[in-house]
Parts: sequence; C-alpha cells; structure tokens
Amino acid sequence: MAVAGNSDFGTAWEGGDKPFAASYGKLMMWFFLITDALTFSGFLAAYGFSRFKYEQSWPVPDEVFTHFPFLKGEFPLFFVALMTFILIMSSVTMVLAVNYGHKMKKKQVILWLSLTIIGGVTFLGSQAWEWGHFIHGDKGAIITDEKEIIHLVNDEKEISSVYKFMGVDSYSKDRFSQMNYEQFVEKFKSQSKYKLKSSKKVVLEHDAAVTLLETKGKDFVLGANLVKNEYGHALFADYFFFITGFHGFHVFSGVVLLIILLINVIANTYERRGHYEMVEKIGLYWHFVDLVWVFVFTFFYLV
Amino acid sequence: MSSKSNNNWWIWKVFWILLIVTAVEVVLGIIKPQYLVETKFLGTILLNHVFIILTIIKAAYIVMVFMHLGDERPSLQWTIILPAIILIPYLLFILLTEGGYTHFMRI
Repeated sequence: MAVAGNSDFGTAWEGGDKPFAASYGKLMMWFFLITDALTFSGFLAAYGFSRFKYEQSWPVPDEVFTHFPFLKGEFPLFFVALMTFILIMSSVTMVLAVNYGHKMKKKQVILWLSLTIIGGVTFLGSQAWEWGHFIHGDKGAIITDEKEIIHLVNDEKEISSVYKFMGVDSYSKDRFSQMNYEQFVEKFKSQSKYKLKSSKKVVLEHDAAVTLLETKGKDFVLGANLVKNEYGHALFADYFFFITGFHGFHVFSGVVLLIILLINVIANTYERRGHYEMVEKIGLYWHFVDLVWVFVFTFFYLV
Repeated sequence: MSSKSNNNWWIWKVFWILLIVTAVEVVLGIIKPQYLVETKFLGTILLNHVFIILTIIKAAYIVMVFMHLGDERPSLQWTIILPAIILIPYLLFILLTEGGYTHFMRI
C-alpha cells in the first residue's frame, strides 16, 4: 500500500497531504454515514431484543403485510418487494448520474437525477400506502384485560375477519360505532364453527373460547396505533412506525437534497466549479438510504 | 474508475445481481422450504441465516460498487468498514442474547 502525497518526511507535518486521497466533503459524508449506520443498527438490534423477548406473541410479518394496491386477496411480501425494487432502481439511476457527472455531461446528469427523484417520491408514496393500510388494519382482533391479542379463526384455523363476522363494512366511516363487543360475544356463542387463536398461536376450541371472551375479553382492536394493534404485541407496531418512519424521513431528506442538487446542476453551479463532486456526495447518501432499506426489508419483513 | 468510465455495463450488472438476490429472498420467504424452516442453528431457523447472508451480499455490492468504496484507498476502506463490522455484531450479540435471556426468565 503506497502512502499518499509527499515522500519527504520533513514536510509531512506542514499539511497538504491527503492520506485517504478523498476530499474533505466526501470524507465527512462517509463519517456521517458510519454514525447513521450505527444508529440504524441500534434500532434493528432493539427490534431483535424485543422480538426475542416476546417471541411467542410476536406477529409473523408475512401474515401482516399481505396486501397489494388495487388487488383483492393476499399477496405476502409482494408490495415490499416492489418497494425494494423501486429503491434499487433509483440507486441505479443515481450511479448513472454520478458517472455522467464525472464526464461533465450536464444534460445526462439532469436526466438521471430527475429519474432518481421520481424513484424517491414513488417510494415515499408506497410507504404512505403501506402505513395507511397498516393503521387501518385488515381483519381486526380481540384484546383481553391482560392486553393479549386474540384472533378469530374459522374451522380451518385460518384467521377470519371480525368485520365480516359482524357483517360490517370495514371501510365504512362509522365502522367503530357499528362494532359492538357484547353483540359479538352473543353471536360467537351461537356459531360453533368459529374458534379463537391466542397471541401465542394456540387455537382454543369453541367452548374454551366462549369462556375466555366472557371472563377476560374486553374489546375489539381494529387497526394499529402506538398503544395497541390487531397484529400482536404492541411493540411490533411501535417498532414498525419508528424504524420505517425514520428510514422514510431519510428518504424524504434525500429527495429534498436531490431537488436542491438538480436546481444547482441546471443553474450551471458545477460547470463553473469545474467538477460534479456534489453529485457524488449526495449520491453516497442516497445509496446509504437504499442500503438501510435492504436491511429493514430483511429484518422487518423477511425474518 | 478510468477503465470503467467508458460504458455503464458494470452498473447494470450490479442492478441485475441485486434484483435476482431480492427475488430469491422473496421466493424463499413465500415458499419457506421445509428443511430450512425446521433446522435450527444459533437460536434461529436456517432460513433466517440464508436471508442474512443474501442481505450482506447485497449490502457489499451497494457499498463497494455503487458507493465506489472499492475504488478508494485501502486505508479509507478499512476506516469505514472496521467500526461497522466490529461494533454492529457486538451490539447484536449483546441485545439478542439478553432478549433470549429475558424471555427465558420471564422478566
């Protein structure tokens, strides 16, 4: 490994040496990204801690994220896979913008930067849909006094919608007032083919289920918020909002930076400066956002 | 960079690698091969280890090629990589071990 710069030992202390052969801005961007990587590791490690601690009542992610816009039925993982694809694609357009920046091709940089911005905005839109769906909820559940989440299951032990059971449209505006817990218990007693599944994934036969509803059952849980959610342990939704929210905020910041960058490119700022290194620096940040998503995708949706 | 800068084939090569690895992950996540789900290793199922290895492959391509870390001086490469590969596994080891322990002790 060659040592950079001046081989003359006498002048090494006088400054001007560049042992990393990288500019100040690029180095600082790298150092920021290291700290940010450690922050995200902290979040995901904390998620792992809670998941190991509440192993039995933790929801199975690919049973939670099963929906795709405009399609009925269940498509586990497809939508997040699409979001991953969108982000990887915007990373590719970003590399192309950096590459054309090196060659000082302004028009190409404008084209690929614009496409990167479109990719980023599309990702944010997808995330908004994902959040909306997560908050609205899907099939609903029952919560007990001990804050345990109980799911309604049919005789094939598949989770059934409490809305359907009660004959309520889950997208109607007054759905909360239409769902009456006492009525649910009465109706459940008369329909012996339905059972309950505890948060520990144990199926209770009909008679045991009725006893549970009458002694410990408290209310419906419809959708998700920071206090409770229909999918399982309350911390699951907290981590979901926090980790994907923090990542989404990074994407949003990235889009803002890219828009400023694009304006500067159009205004010839970097032509006058003689180099497009700013595209490279913001490119580093953008790729990092993609990198974080690769890990969030694995540890939140796959594992 | 100079040898690469004439065309963009290397960008698209990495794009296809990332896309195929992601597709493999999604397919494995949906079909969940029985052998990989039933075999446990280091506290979790084998399938999860497969996911983690595939994710690290993707991360390596993004960092080394897209972020051009592979083109930097080795001293800079190690400055960036070493803190991450020392601190992150250490943090994971502590938190996951303690998570398992608190579960076991019902704290």
